[in-house]
Amino acid sequence: MNIKDNIKTLTINKPLKLDCGKTINNFPLAYETYGSLNKDKNNAILVFHALTGDQFVAGINPVTNKDGWWSYAVGPGKSIDTEKYFVICANVIGGCMGSFGPSHQNPETKKIYGTDFPVITINDMVNAQVNLLDHFNIKKLFSVVGGSMGGMQVLQFVSNYPDKTKTAVPIACTSSHSAQNIAFNELGRQAIAADHKWQDGEYSSKNTIPNKGLAVARMAAHITYLSKKGLQEKFGRKLQERDDLKFGFDADFQIESYLRYQGSVFVDRFDANSYLYITRAMDYFDLVKQNHGNLSNAFKNTKAKFFIISFTSDWLYPTQENKDIVIALNAIGANVGFVEIKSDKGHDSFLLDVPDFLKALKNFLDQSYLEK
Amino acid sequence: MKTEFKIISDLIDKNSHVLDVGCGDGILMEFLIKEKKVNIRGIEISKAKVQNCIAKGLTIIEGNAEDDLRQFPNKSFDYVILSQTLQAFLNPEKVIDELLRIGKQAIVTIPNFGYWKIGLHLLFKGTMPVTKTLPDEWYNTANIHLCTIKDFFNFSRSKNFKLSKSIALKNDQPSFITSSNLNRKNFVSNLGIFLIKS
Repeated sequence: MNIKDNIKTLTINKPLKLDCGKTINNFPLAYETYGSLNKDKNNAILVFHALTGDQFVAGINPVTNKDGWWSYAVGPGKSIDTEKYFVICANVIGGCMGSFGPSHQNPETKKIYGTDFPVITINDMVNAQVNLLDHFNIKKLFSVVGGSMGGMQVLQFVSNYPDKTKTAVPIACTSSHSAQNIAFNELGRQAIAADHKWQDGEYSSKNTIPNKGLAVARMAAHITYLSKKGLQEKFGRKLQERDDLKFGFDADFQIESYLRYQGSVFVDRFDANSYLYITRAMDYFDLVKQNHGNLSNAFKNTKAKFFIISFTSDWLYPTQENKDIVIALNAIGANVGFVEIKSDKGHDSFLLDVPDFLKALKNFLDQSYLEK
Repeated sequence: MKTEFKIISDLIDKNSHVLDVGCGDGILMEFLIKEKKVNIRGIEISKAKVQNCIAKGLTIIEGNAEDDLRQFPNKSFDYVILSQTLQAFLNPEKVIDELLRIGKQAIVTIPNFGYWKIGLHLLFKGTMPVTKTLPDEWYNTANIHLCTIKDFFNFSRSKNFKLSKSIALKNDQPSFITSSNLNRKNFVSNLGIFLIKS
């Protein structure tokens, strides 16, 4: 598999001081673009991906040969219309689709970083990606858009670069990772660490992969992306290719088989150490604390127009946490719209075919684009 | 355009900062943007209507005025508008207090339950009145706190609100309400429009 042929990479020469105190230099940032930048360079949208996403937002992902992770929302004529907008998406640093991450080689030791890779934060991710604006010579984006961890990056981006975007759309996210969020992430990390093949993160040099641990991490996380009602309706107690219970520990139920499948396909495309690093970045995200307890301060210097979207059945980043962002923005008279979309599809709603969501996103962007 | 909206527009200064509480499909918001170049936000509880507002490019927050007004700081709007919605709240008094906390002024319009046709309906038919401004039956109406022009006038007095303008609409004909003509206006008008300050 020659992945590298399909990955565009920008080498960031400007030193980036990370929150952990270390500085990184000459590091790669993998990205993809869709549509074309107009003459005035005012139609660019920077999309931020979620925990297990990558830069391949739309069309066919050339590495997995599957649809891009946000194909429902991004493409010609879609909510984020690539016939109209120039869409940029980068793989986050710490990731495993070409950007600087724990599977890269440390130039000093010539060893794969593994857990020697510096711990990164949402702030670091955003500070790395802002370099793409210079690369494309864009002074101001039309929008920054993202769901889940992508939404956290939207909030951090506007806070760090208040003049660099006209609009901002954080979707199904939070301004501060909750204890429950951290708990689920810790479960995933511990599942990876419990796999003896993880080898304290040095599995690459030992030609092995902690696939069992990573699969369990994915299975647990996957449950948090769905709603109880959605699971019940899709699977109920339906049995997997059998007429009756087998009185054993094979996958009797369809839901078991489904989760096992989700786990097994995930390990083919995702790096276990990246999973540790990115979940850690999410856990460290606390825009409230960054602003000394007052979230409004994060946005006090921006004139960006916000549109915040939550989903009724999302219990991972529930409506109230999204509304807290709306409240912080209203407290300083910022321009903010908010809608809660009715959906049984849980946190994953933003990635799926949820017509009310796709319509609201499209209308907000297209109408805002008309405004001067 | 509804006469009510034209009168509301006349009460509002150009380029002011406005909140429309229970903005529905955003028709008044669009009208005020066109007529008065206002910087306007809407709050609406119906998801379908919120979608319609987004499609029009309006800045809209899905929410319930009884819970969600508290997030706005004191006097953060020049005007807060409540058009024919007061009667649907569980606690109208609290909502009015909130309007006057977050707005320098509030514009409240009410369907007048003192209108003679409504009285006549109740008197002769003996059933809850159904009219153009109050089109629902008693068992499915959202209007749980109906009042008359006189009720609202007296309520504002008792709360020591300043009624800067009190306007009655009779078949789309506006006229001012004063203490001396209150009983008559209460009888002949189907809608009351009030500009109030705390």
